[in-house]
Amino acid sequence: MPFHEMFEPDGSIRPCYAEVQNWVERTGVAGLNRRMDEAEAIFRRIGITFAVYGEGGDPERLIPFDLLPRIFTAQEWRVLDKGIRQRARALNAFLHDVYHRGEIVKAGIMPADIIYQNSAYLAEMVDFTPPGRVYSHIVGIDIVRTGPGSFEVLEDNCRTPSGVSYMLENREIMTRMFPELFAQGIVAPVDDYPAELLKSLKEVAPPACKGDPVVVVLTPGSLNSAYYEHSFLADLMGVELVEPADLFVDEDRVWMKTTLGPKAVDVIYRRIDDEYLDPLAFRPDSLLGVPGIFNVYRKGGVTLASAPGSGIADDKAVYVYVPEMIRFYLGEKPILDNIQTWQCAKPDERAYVLEHLDELVAKEVHGSGGYGMLIGPQSTKDEVAAYAERIRANPVEFIAQPTLDLSTVPTLGPASVVGRHADFRPYCLVGKQIRLVPGGLTRVALTEGSLVVNSSQGGGVKDTWVLQD
Amino acid sequence: MLSRTAENLYWMARYMERAESTARLLTMGQRMAILPGAHHRDEWRSVVRATGAGHQFPEGAQVTETDVVSFLMLDLDNPSSIRSCLLKARSNAKSARTMLTQDMWEALNDGWRKLDSYDVAEARQHLPELIDWVKTRVMTFRGATHSGQLRNEGHDFLRCGSALERAQMTLRLLDVKYYVLLPETEVIGGNRDHYQWTSVLHALSGSRAYHHVYGGTYTPWQITDFLMLNRLFPRSVAYCYTQLAYRLNRLAGWHDARSEAHDTVQEMVEGLEQIDSGEIFRIGLHETVQSGLRMTNRLGAEIAQAYHFG
Repeated sequence: MPFHEMFEPDGSIRPCYAEVQNWVERTGVAGLNRRMDEAEAIFRRIGITFAVYGEGGDPERLIPFDLLPRIFTAQEWRVLDKGIRQRARALNAFLHDVYHRGEIVKAGIMPADIIYQNSAYLAEMVDFTPPGRVYSHIVGIDIVRTGPGSFEVLEDNCRTPSGVSYMLENREIMTRMFPELFAQGIVAPVDDYPAELLKSLKEVAPPACKGDPVVVVLTPGSLNSAYYEHSFLADLMGVELVEPADLFVDEDRVWMKTTLGPKAVDVIYRRIDDEYLDPLAFRPDSLLGVPGIFNVYRKGGVTLASAPGSGIADDKAVYVYVPEMIRFYLGEKPILDNIQTWQCAKPDERAYVLEHLDELVAKEVHGSGGYGMLIGPQSTKDEVAAYAERIRANPVEFIAQPTLDLSTVPTLGPASVVGRHADFRPYCLVGKQIRLVPGGLTRVALTEGSLVVNSSQGGGVKDTWVLQD
Repeated sequence: MLSRTAENLYWMARYMERAESTARLLTMGQRMAILPGAHHRDEWRSVVRATGAGHQFPEGAQVTETDVVSFLMLDLDNPSSIRSCLLKARSNAKSARTMLTQDMWEALNDGWRKLDSYDVAEARQHLPELIDWVKTRVMTFRGATHSGQLRNEGHDFLRCGSALERAQMTLRLLDVKYYVLLPETEVIGGNRDHYQWTSVLHALSGSRAYHHVYGGTYTPWQITDFLMLNRLFPRSVAYCYTQLAYRLNRLAGWHDARSEAHDTVQEMVEGLEQIDSGEIFRIGLHETVQSGLRMTNRLGAEIAQAYHFG
């Protein structure tokens, strides 16, 4: 049996869930399900949706929301908090090293190919140091739990991790609907995240900035799947939400077009992929980008958060080496473990993977969003055989991990509270300081036994509580 | 403020205003179509004419209620249909989301795909209910704007959009119905005129207001006076022009800069101040209205240019 976050193996309640258990008993499952419909109506009306492309039906969907919170004790959080900050520091140190001296390769810790042959590696960033030496300003780290004290990192997201708006809105809706749950003040607040984000972004203003830095959020546009989040964050920070066509480059600065004429921009929290940022520097066919922006960036006229080329740090092939990075750059022992990972690029590991594919989870190195993966135990023989063919054809593109005994969190079923697998994504902010609000996004697989929690694959979300001592 | 945001607010307001006007026109069409002899007068044609889309319906054949409900309520190929307008207003709002209050957004977002589920037969069957729904949406939006939005330049752009759109609708309605308002076509005071006029006033939600200003009698010059020149009636052309001038002056204040749009709107306001309904009839109502439509179109283009719309 997987570890259950709410119940001990003997069926008794883990103490941190005692209050939630009382609440479920007081309200009853039927009552909670009624409140769930109310919550969905509120989400729909205020427009917290994500876009799904090309599947027909409603183009703007709600992510299913589950009322039962996922809870961390204060003690558990202290470990997570330290481990997450440590990882964010190491990943940023690695990025600086990759684009400068490459010490980690010279030391023989990482093979050069994994870095320099990687499509996320950006030669244009070599020898350039972003303001404050920060590359990844918002680090989203996906964490799973397999036992009482064991947290493991599934994946790092150093580019533009999404979902933080759900962390904030889930809390908002829970406090709106169940104020009595929060009345005792035992749940640590998360609502200063936008203020912390703005502070972090202002701290990395470029050399050309004079006075209070002008920060903007750059979105591809209102059809993007995460547009709601982009506008939400801009709104809560009180900064402009711009699209590429609102920006232009002149005299080594980036300007936004306003009704009063051009206004200089200092820091851009961009939610656009590297390759679409600047048609002059990267993809010439990109209709999205701002021509010349990368050149201004290199000359210190603007800060891009996150830095182009940061993707090299969250590549699944690079992930394997993060514990080594922590030892190498920080001289510390890793607080959070990696999940055991076999690299299909290595012949002996590939052989193991091909032999045990029906027991493993196999992933594409560059894949995301739960696409292109194989969950061995839940697949047919034919599916496994077909995937094995793909691995043989192009082994460097694949990794595999054991099928984990992921913990389950209490989730509201039609007639009772049921256990469903979940993961957790906290958002670590890196400016001059490192900031972490106590919480994050818990994503939950809503189908019994399923291990896939991505919203694009039908997963849901729930509020995450960090209890205060 | 970003130029794109200003443009989105301006068009959002225009589309909401247009959705409401179109809903009112459908009510007018229904009222007039039940009058004796309506069949011969092709009343539904005058409704599509008033939206500026008369050329889409070939002369000769009768325009039916089904045609009009389909075209003005549901048709996504018609950029001015109510469904198109509501979708576009929401899309503009989405792009300018950070400038809207939560209430304004909710007013646009609530039931934004409602009309998707209607075919024309159902829409005809539920027409009064759907018209009420559209009006309620627009009024909720307007109320949220009125009570919650910061009175910054964004608000001025929004109000410019609604005033311009509203002036155009009143002008077009006058143009379509000008022959009805002229004494040569019918004996004044006949029942049919009475209903036609009340329908026009009703379409502009001005029949009660008209009574308060002129008492119970309907004359062409009084109706023209009311819809063109009355400064108290919020859908009159004069009122809308004054609003436009006020909003554009505020924008000039924010920006410390005037543009051609400011000269044009000044000219428009003064033009109406120097005229009375007798004068309008001497020049010709049709000519006056046509020149008004040309001026509002020019003003729209000048606003777009002055504030760097895309």
